[in-house]
Amino acid sequence: MPVYAKNRQIVVPGELIAETNRYEVEGKIYRKNKKIYSKVLGVVFIDEEKRNIRVLPLKGKYIPNEGDIVIGKVIEVGLTNWTVDINSPYLAVLQVTEVFSKPTQISRTELSKILDVGDIIIAKVISFDYTRDPLLTIKESRLGKVSRGIIVEIPPSKVPRIIGKKGSMVNMLKNMLDVEIVIGKNGRVVVIGKDPAKEEIAVLAIKKIEREAHTSGLTDRVKAFIEEKLKELGEKS
Amino acid sequence: MGVLSLLKKEVILAGLKKGERTDGRGLLEYRKVEIKTGYIGKAEGSALVRLGDTKVIAGVKIDIGTPFPDTPDMGVQIVNAELIPVASAVFEPGPPGEEDIELARVIDRGLRSAEAVDMSQLAIIPGSRVWTIFIDIYPLDHDGNLIDASGLAAMSALLDTKMPVAEVVDENITLSENKKPLPIKTRVVYVTLAKIGDYIIVDPTFEEELVADARLTFAINEDRNICGIQKGGSGSFKVKEILEAKKIALEVAEGLFEKLPPKPTSE
Amino acid sequence: MKKEGIRLFNDEGKRTDGRYPNEIRPVRIEAGVLKNADGSAYIELGNNKILVAVYGPHEAVPKYIAEPDKAVIRCKYSMAPFSVSDRKSPQPSRREIELSKVIREALEPAIFLNEYPRTMIDVFIEVLEADGGTRTASITAASVALADAGISMKDLVTAIAVGKAEGKLIVDLNGLEDQYGEGDMPIAIMPQYNEVTLFQADGIFTPEEIEEAFRLASEAIKKLYNEQKKALKKKYEEVIKEVNQTE
Repeated sequence: MPVYAKNRQIVVPGELIAETNRYEVEGKIYRKNKKIYSKVLGVVFIDEEKRNIRVLPLKGKYIPNEGDIVIGKVIEVGLTNWTVDINSPYLAVLQVTEVFSKPTQISRTELSKILDVGDIIIAKVISFDYTRDPLLTIKESRLGKVSRGIIVEIPPSKVPRIIGKKGSMVNMLKNMLDVEIVIGKNGRVVVIGKDPAKEEIAVLAIKKIEREAHTSGLTDRVKAFIEEKLKELGEKS
Repeated sequence: MGVLSLLKKEVILAGLKKGERTDGRGLLEYRKVEIKTGYIGKAEGSALVRLGDTKVIAGVKIDIGTPFPDTPDMGVQIVNAELIPVASAVFEPGPPGEEDIELARVIDRGLRSAEAVDMSQLAIIPGSRVWTIFIDIYPLDHDGNLIDASGLAAMSALLDTKMPVAEVVDENITLSENKKPLPIKTRVVYVTLAKIGDYIIVDPTFEEELVADARLTFAINEDRNICGIQKGGSGSFKVKEILEAKKIALEVAEGLFEKLPPKPTSE
Repeated sequence: MKKEGIRLFNDEGKRTDGRYPNEIRPVRIEAGVLKNADGSAYIELGNNKILVAVYGPHEAVPKYIAEPDKAVIRCKYSMAPFSVSDRKSPQPSRREIELSKVIREALEPAIFLNEYPRTMIDVFIEVLEADGGTRTASITAASVALADAGISMKDLVTAIAVGKAEGKLIVDLNGLEDQYGEGDMPIAIMPQYNEVTLFQADGIFTPEEIEEAFRLASEAIKKLYNEQKKALKKKYEEVIKEVNQTE
């Protein structure tokens, strides 16, 4: 089949990647008859074995999907809900019924005691269709208010790289630096650790991944980077 | 464009496939044109145009003014258009918006490029006093294709215009009782086509404009050359569609030239 | 507007700046030049210097402007007062208002608007120095800025103006040719599809010249399209090179 792009090549909107019906396509791609085009400025991955072509955007805003874990910031306290900024063109809504597992009666003044303007939450998108704002929940375990740690914002398109294949990248960061890391699909990452110096190394590592996200061999380079930073830390103390 | 318009588009497209439009016209058929000049007594020239149900009035006022610095011995032409609420529910009261301005500038460019009015004959005292021609276009009822209708109205009003004769004695300007027509070099017509799906139609109605992907206007002079082009709307045209549209516009222009008042004969 | 005495060609058939009829001016495009914008681009084409910033998609403001099924594009073309010889007042002129509209309509067909319903995308164009062909240069830069913002697009949009001087068709009009020539025909195209999104003309063109104008424009469009691609890929390809060198 005619292929016009190479695996891991940078592509621009409208760039012709291949001409075939026999491949599955994923990500920011559109088809016209047999022709496969990129929709965005991104990286194209061509897997000849799995017969799969995928374009990962290099930039772009976060558009919510049901089931996404996101890190949001409360910007308004309403009568029965909170408005939450999730770093997206769409503002999200957290209903009071999505806070507690048991049905509870809460007055408005108590709402701000639970979550006030400026609070950071780890939430899950429970619904989003294009006619209304995304709805969130913090009912499940591992969701809720974040009270400490550092928040890093990265382009949402880089999130898969921070996670790595089957979590390999983020697990490496967690283990090497003894920190808890929660990655929001919306490009916000929370790093919580006991040692602030190690929290900072985690942030630097995340920034490095962001910058080199489209390159190969990144996991090894990040490992080496962290080892060096830890050594510097050890030499200081 | 909401759900309702999407349904309308389906209906319109189904008709176009069969070569029919909702008002019974063929794809390349123009609506009936009626032009009445001398409609407004206080204007030096005026015309009321009916294009189907679209109604546009244009008035020409003449005044003495100063020339532009880089053309000291040429008259000045100013075209203005106002899409007033009287004409359509879609026009809001207020200062001119982008559509009013686009309409005025498209009509102005067509006339100017063709030199419809011979500006070089409008100097009174070269370098300081020249005739200023104000063309004001007011659509009164909007059923599509305001550009072509406005073009016919503006051109007809210019052809209808009677201006005073200026006499200059020792830097003093006196206007005689005699009136003469504007010096017209050529007449200009505008032909607008719209693209709906894969179909090109001529002279769209308001409804057709709502569902159209884009429109294309050609301004044509009496030499049958193109003296203005404007693509509008959020869609696109293939190059061959543009060349096809150009051919159609030149054919349609013939009928419009016949409707226009004749050029004033030099006495 | 004609002026006696200004020659737009010399005896060798070269234009006022030494070009042949089918040559474009030196061009330079850079993507991602502004820190605050979601996407940005800068173009130099001859003496033209134009900066474009894209913000969005973001919440529509005011809310009632939002469309339920697609993004709304807001485009503002503006010329800086010092961009032209006779200082231009900062107030938006009728020309700037019309150009803002036609430029918006030149970019819209290329964007997958349905991917961002109820949002707004802002395209702000600032002409810092003008020398003929600003609207087409703006479109060329704006589509780079939109791609730089990560917005889904069917294709880039590439634009150039064809003109007429002393009866000959020329490509990429400079300021003098725009002012004293016999016609100006700006064209914008989605290059992979050969679909025209901006098409205007003033002056006089024969029907045959219009056909020829498209042929003349296509070489120029190819060159500019390559520059657009280069500008977008440059930053990332440099990082790849850097990384490969350190290993």
